[in-house]
Order: sequence, then structure tokens, then C-alpha cells
Amino acid sequence: MNPQSARRRVVITGRGAITPIGLNVADFWASLMAGRSGVGPITSFDASGLPVRIAGEVKGFDPTDWMERKVSRRIDRFAHYAIASTLQALEESKLEIDDELAPRVGVLVGSGFGATLILHHSAINMVEKGFRGLTPWITAGAAIDSAAGEVALRVNAQGPSGAVSTACASGTDAVGMGMRMIMYGNADVVLAGGSDNSVTSVDVGSAAMSRALSKRNDDPERASRPFDTDRDGFVVAAGAGMVVLEELDHALSRGAPILAEVIGYGASTDAYHPTAPHPTGRGARQAMQAALTDAGVRPEDIDYINAHGTSTVLNDRTESQAIRTLFGEHALRIPISSTKSMTGHMIGAAGVVELMATVNAMLDGRVPPTINCDNPEDTELNYVPHKPQEHRVDVAMSNSFGFAGHNAVAVVRRWQG
Amino acid sequence: MSDSEILAHLAAVIEDLGGAPAGEISREKSLRDDLDIDSLSMVEVVVSIEDKYGVELPDDAMTGLQTVGDLVDFIENSVAPTPA
Repeated sequence: MNPQSARRRVVITGRGAITPIGLNVADFWASLMAGRSGVGPITSFDASGLPVRIAGEVKGFDPTDWMERKVSRRIDRFAHYAIASTLQALEESKLEIDDELAPRVGVLVGSGFGATLILHHSAINMVEKGFRGLTPWITAGAAIDSAAGEVALRVNAQGPSGAVSTACASGTDAVGMGMRMIMYGNADVVLAGGSDNSVTSVDVGSAAMSRALSKRNDDPERASRPFDTDRDGFVVAAGAGMVVLEELDHALSRGAPILAEVIGYGASTDAYHPTAPHPTGRGARQAMQAALTDAGVRPEDIDYINAHGTSTVLNDRTESQAIRTLFGEHALRIPISSTKSMTGHMIGAAGVVELMATVNAMLDGRVPPTINCDNPEDTELNYVPHKPQEHRVDVAMSNSFGFAGHNAVAVVRRWQG
Repeated sequence: MSDSEILAHLAAVIEDLGGAPAGEISREKSLRDDLDIDSLSMVEVVVSIEDKYGVELPDDAMTGLQTVGDLVDFIENSVAPTPA
């Protein structure tokens, strides 16, 4: 029996995004199509003493546009972003969570770093003022599940909820696990995605110390250059994305806007090194294969790959190799792009925001470019350099490969009604 | 330290906590029902008072406080006890 027929189907009915290149999905997409970079000099703290002084900051975001001050002051910025993107996603999906539906609505918010700003300020307050410098809210507000808890509280979601933390794979894992919850009947709706506010002095400083970041301080918009041989590291960014995942019949019965079907999810772990990917791309390939198998599609069915594509030598090279190994000759026909070239690396949000770019490519018939890819790592692969390309995309894959060797891959299919 | 001095301080703190606008704060208001000051917000109110007046307010004495007026009286009694 085809395992596909036995399980419940899951569709995306809403999207919300807070990114360095747009505070909603429409603006984000317009920026991608225009090849606009969100990377610039760091303004939210004094970075003058750091070797890396550029990042993809979220600009013009005011949490009180989305929540009461009572709420905004007790939670971290990453939770602000999660709430804002959730409310956007619910608005697009036209979903009303009433008392009957509430127990069937789950929440999964992925985050690599969590409430780093609260932790940072708490440590400083503790040193300067002793324990009385701490507020009673920190216990809850500094937790990595604080965003999920606040989202659930805000929208009255009473199904399973929590945080998924798998570094740069967090957002994709949250979507995959949310899909499973719906498939296996634990929920009818899951608000899933990821959020990170990693543009803090500690996060940027420590990532710089690990030599993972681009030092192109004088040319920020050209700093993130995935799959370009002149790359020198990734660019840290902040952001969030949340989608409404919904059981197909539930979505159909209420006439919801169906944007795409999530048909496959695969995950793996390199078990090789805390930060470096396995040199042969073993884990990446395993996760992609698992996602294809889960989706019940063949490699040659894939029309587009939104790559993890961080702009580090190790990631870009192993990801390209893994794609070549898994897809063989078909790899040369697949447009493969990295939107991190424009957004920077939003860590826990990256995967879900990139999944939205993948869905938009299906809806729009255009795949987003990889900007700054002047001299491609692999001259035969189509990294969609500089400008968007027109492609009909029916089945597509979004890759997320994180520190600690966490790999997660999602496969989506065009909804044809 | 007068009633109105304490009230003004409380009003500023409660507004900062996101409880209610300072202008709405009066002795009769219920801390929880009218001003949205829950138990954790109350801890912040108390710490701000302790810092401002250099006193220490016992945890168990605060449990019965319902209104802003209760809190003002409690602070007055703790900071400057009425002579017997």
C-alpha cells in the first residue's frame, strides 16, 4: 500500500514573515525578486570593536504594533517576531480559532539561540545590581519555548506546543514536525516556523570568533555570496517566519486559501563535528533522500531547490556535492538558489522563510536569484545568479543544514485544487 | 512622604509595566481587575518601592492587598510606621 494514502494530507494556508528585506511576505518576496540585500552596518549595538560589523538587521519593527506593552516588555525580541509573523499568517489563512477548534491547534516555534537579548541584559544587570536587578519575568521570558508559549497564549491555541531547537535547521524541523502532528491526528492546525534575533553583540562576536562570518565590512551588500568562489563566510541576520499548516479537509471545508501542500520531510545528523558539515555531504544527502522518500517522489520530479547556501566554503561545497550525488544528471536541470544572499542567515527562521520563498516560486512561476554569485563554485549547476528565472515549479525542496550537524529538508507540491 | 507622592510613584511604575495609563490610577482601583497587575507584575511594583524608599517589604504581607489604596497604606505603614 502506498503510505501516502494512509496518512492525512497537510497544506499551507497562511504565511507571515519578519525579515531584513521586508516585514511581511509580500515585501520580502518583492525584495527577493529585485535582488535587494538586507545586509548593512550593524546599528542596534556598538559593533566598532568587533571584527565583523555587518549583519542583516530587522529594520522598522515596533513590537507594540502587534501586542500590548505588558506582553512586549516581558518577552525577548525573538518572541516579538514570532508573534507578529503568526498574526500575519493567521490573517492570510482567514482562520478563526474558536473554542471548538482551540484544542486542535498546535504551536511549534523553532529557534537556534532563543532569548539571547534577555539573557545578555540579565547577566549585565546581575553583575551591576545583584539578583535584585533581575525581574520575575526572566524565568519564563528567557526560555527557548517562550515564543511558542506566548503565541499559544495570544491566539488561544490549546493543542501540543513547544520549541524546536536544531540550530539553522530549526524552522524546517518545526514545519516537518508540525506536518507529522497533523498527519497522525494530534492536531488539525499547527502554527509552525522559527524565529531568531541573533544580531546581538554576544552572538555576532562569538560567531566572528568561530571564523564563520564574512568580514566584508566595507561592502555589506556583497558580503553574503553563496556558491561564489570569492565567499568568506556567512552573514548573521534576524527574523522570523510562521506558517499555518492545516489538514487538507479542514482547509477545504472552510474554503481556506491553499498555497501549497507539504508532502515530505526528512532529517538527519552528521555526527561529525560541532560546526563543520561532513566533508562528503553524507548527512545532507541522507536528509534530502529521506524527504523525497517521505514525499513519494523521485529525484527527477524536483523542479527547484532552495538551498541552505550559507556562503561558507564548507557548506556551499558539500551542499553542491550532495545535490550532485543525489540528483545525478538531473542536478544540472534544477535551478538552485540561496535567498541568504539577500536576507543573510536568519538561523532558526531561515528554513521556514526559505520554504515560503519556495512556495512563492511555485505560485509566481519565478525562482528567486542568488545574488553576488559571480564565479560559481560549480560551473555546471544553475545557481540562478543575480536575477530571478522563470520556471514552472510543481515540486520543490527546501534545505536547511545546521551547526551540530542537524539537517532538515522539506518538500512541497503545487496545489492544483 | 505623602499619599500623593506614593500614588504618583505607583502610577508611573504601573504605567511602565503596561498595566494601565497613569492617569487612571486612584486609590479605589483594583490592582488585578482594573490595572492588570498580576502576581509577577506585583513583584516588580514592590521591588521598585523597596529601591525607592530603601525598605524591605515582607512577601507574606502583600498577599491581602487588593486595591491601590491598600498598597499605599501598606507602604506608608512599612516605611514610616505610625507611632503607637
